[in-house]
Amino acid sequence: MKIGVVTFPGSLDDVDAARAVTVGGHEAVALWHADADLRGVDAVVLPGGFSYGDYLRCGAISRFAPVMGEVVEAAGRGLPVLGICNGFQILCESHLLPGALIRNDHRKFVCRDQRLRIDNNRTAWTWAYAEGQEIVVPLKNGEGGYVADEATLDRLEGEGRVVARYLEVNPNGSLRDIAGVTNERGNVVGLMPHPEHAVEAFCGPGTDGLGFFTSLVERAFA
Amino acid sequence: MARFVVDVMPKREILDPQGKAVLGALPRLGFEGVLDVRQGKRFEIEVEGEPSDDLLAQVRKMAEILLSNPVIEDFEVHVEEHTVAEIAQEEGR
Repeated sequence: MKIGVVTFPGSLDDVDAARAVTVGGHEAVALWHADADLRGVDAVVLPGGFSYGDYLRCGAISRFAPVMGEVVEAAGRGLPVLGICNGFQILCESHLLPGALIRNDHRKFVCRDQRLRIDNNRTAWTWAYAEGQEIVVPLKNGEGGYVADEATLDRLEGEGRVVARYLEVNPNGSLRDIAGVTNERGNVVGLMPHPEHAVEAFCGPGTDGLGFFTSLVERAFA
Repeated sequence: MARFVVDVMPKREILDPQGKAVLGALPRLGFEGVLDVRQGKRFEIEVEGEPSDDLLAQVRKMAEILLSNPVIEDFEVHVEEHTVAEIAQEEGR
């Protein structure tokens, strides 16, 4: 499959995301923030970083980048979209996912190998995992605290839309230990930790993140 | 020229880590009795034309779609009496 990786001004993890896409057996297609063109890809990854310098709010400016108009429209048609870290922030600002990400409650940047539990393995991006599977992937953020009002949180839990939860420590003050969520259809997933940094054994905490990049095919043949 | 001010504040129920950091710093500087600090943003926006309900509605729209995130923030818009140029002129006098 062809998976597009968007580069915004200030994206940091677009190259790692493209590599993870390739390691996952796909063709990585570079997409540019200023081009309203998805180049015929079958899925899109919005990578981590500090797009537009995190000015105003993380993801607030990126949301209006020309490429995002296409992403929002395609996501509405069911195109799989994965937002990692800053990508998750962009998806929330775009209203493709509910809630918002605010500064870590302890006010410090956090960088650690984080244990997660996959709570929903029925999304386009988590099909390769078992429900309840525990994985360890890097986490690095300054504004990773997931917040939403109580009614939204209850709805997310009730509909099984919490994709992943933090285990052992809550690294950023996210409500209900939420590390990632999905939309109603399960094609759009936002995740604060970085599975793309854990796809090869020689670097990072292991290969637990690879499933996010093999799920599309596993589901296609399921 | 019309001048508008948009104040954006984190909602009461949302944790405001930056406000908390300031709150923590004040007693260390000898300021006693500070009970709470909330940190927000202030936007000063100058628009062509005289202040009008239409322009106010336009600025409110800016605040809704870009300047604030309704999930975590509230905003207020008001018209400023004087433009930056007028204030500079006043001060220069």
